[in-house]
Amino acid sequence: MTGDGTYQEAVAAGMLPSEESHRALLQSIVDVARAIFGAKASSIFLLDHDTDELVFEAVSGEGAGDLIGMRIPSGTGIAGWVLVTSQPIVIDDLSQDPRFSRDAAERTGYVPTSLMAVPLVNQETSLGVLQVLDRAKDRNVALGAIDLLILFANQASIGLDLLQTARRARAVAERGDGPEAVVARLAALLERSEDDAAALRLLESLETVLTRLVE
Amino acid sequence: MSERVIPAWSLTADAAGSIAIPAEWPERVTRDWAIADATGEGVSVCILDSGVDGDHPLVGGISSAVAVSIDGEEVVIVPDDLGDVCGHGTACAGIVRSLAPACTIHSVRVLGEGNTGSADMIVGGLRHAIEQRYDVVNLSLSTTKRKFAEMLHDLADSAYFGGTVLVASAHNMPVESYPWRFSSVISVGSHEGTDSWEWFANPNPPVEFFARGVDLDVAWYGGSTINATGNSFAAPHIAGLSTLVLSKHPSLTPFQLKSILYLTAANTGGGP
Repeated sequence: MTGDGTYQEAVAAGMLPSEESHRALLQSIVDVARAIFGAKASSIFLLDHDTDELVFEAVSGEGAGDLIGMRIPSGTGIAGWVLVTSQPIVIDDLSQDPRFSRDAAERTGYVPTSLMAVPLVNQETSLGVLQVLDRAKDRNVALGAIDLLILFANQASIGLDLLQTARRARAVAERGDGPEAVVARLAALLERSEDDAAALRLLESLETVLTRLVE
Repeated sequence: MSERVIPAWSLTADAAGSIAIPAEWPERVTRDWAIADATGEGVSVCILDSGVDGDHPLVGGISSAVAVSIDGEEVVIVPDDLGDVCGHGTACAGIVRSLAPACTIHSVRVLGEGNTGSADMIVGGLRHAIEQRYDVVNLSLSTTKRKFAEMLHDLADSAYFGGTVLVASAHNMPVESYPWRFSSVISVGSHEGTDSWEWFANPNPPVEFFARGVDLDVAWYGGSTINATGNSFAAPHIAGLSTLVLSKHPSLTPFQLKSILYLTAANTGGGP
């Protein structure tokens, strides 16, 4: 027995909503952020701790479709600074930043003029960055706008945390032929079974046998 | 004003008139006494950030630059010729320079390739800055990692008693972060005004002061200038003002300096 909750995690993995469901949550956050600020685009970056890169996880508006999965170094540039320093920032004439303009042009051909960026933090862990690009000109940079974006960032952080937890749990299930994977697959089968009662009876019988074995 | 959903750690334009603080003292400390004719000469200011482009015309040269990195468990500090990897540190240095033109500026870069040790880099960079006994350290950054809070708290106290003024930007994130919350640090949020010489004392801490942080033209990456907003630009305003006070009154302790900033704030009757 693992005794570390791995089986429970594996069972959870079998019952988790799909990757698509979590992506839909993040997508709705960037869609709404874009709508509220009347912006041309909004995006969520996720920090990949293994490679120290920021990965585009959700994009609304300009660049949508092409950018998902694209990676940028996390140690430089504006998004990297926001991530590391946990400080929100608004910049209104980005075209003056020669590197930002060049990188944006190379990635999408779309060079934004303005940017609002806030860190995504859940509990105490930096998860990524939420950006809103080219908000409507009549929406000034009043402090209330930043407060609003921070509220949104909190929602995005929770979504991102769920996504990462689900990915870790799924990784347990997909790890191969180990007992955790078997448990996870059983849980997934149970979730998909059309005859819940029969499937449950079968698993209860299995549980009875296993309990006697342990005792 | 409608009720705000999250704490008011910044000062909106319509709220500026509502935080007048009565400050009766037998003899008034005036802003003239505090900073008139001060230039920042003789005061060293450290910018703990993304590096500083010393060649930027709005920065006008820096006196030293080091980069902090993590090698295993070790904090490594080496001379830095990379300049600024983002633009933000240059912006902060430019703001300090605009207020205190004769100060010396020192860059400690804590952002670079490999962020996994970022909080370690911030702690290591701050320790270095305090050991160098810089007079003022600008920290337009924070960390949410609780395990670093105690270390940062001890460092902030060391700075406070050792005569180094730490100025840190606050933020409204729904998680706690450090070091700006510590009372040994001068914490700064933004007001919505356009006067770089206007600051307010906050009667409702933990944010202690509000300074200009909205709609600013600041020095940036690659010699450029951009328009920016954020509490991280408010902090260097208070750092610059602190530099002026210290250049005119070099024997002040961080405690006394904070009191002078309080007494000369726009809403305590000490403003112009």
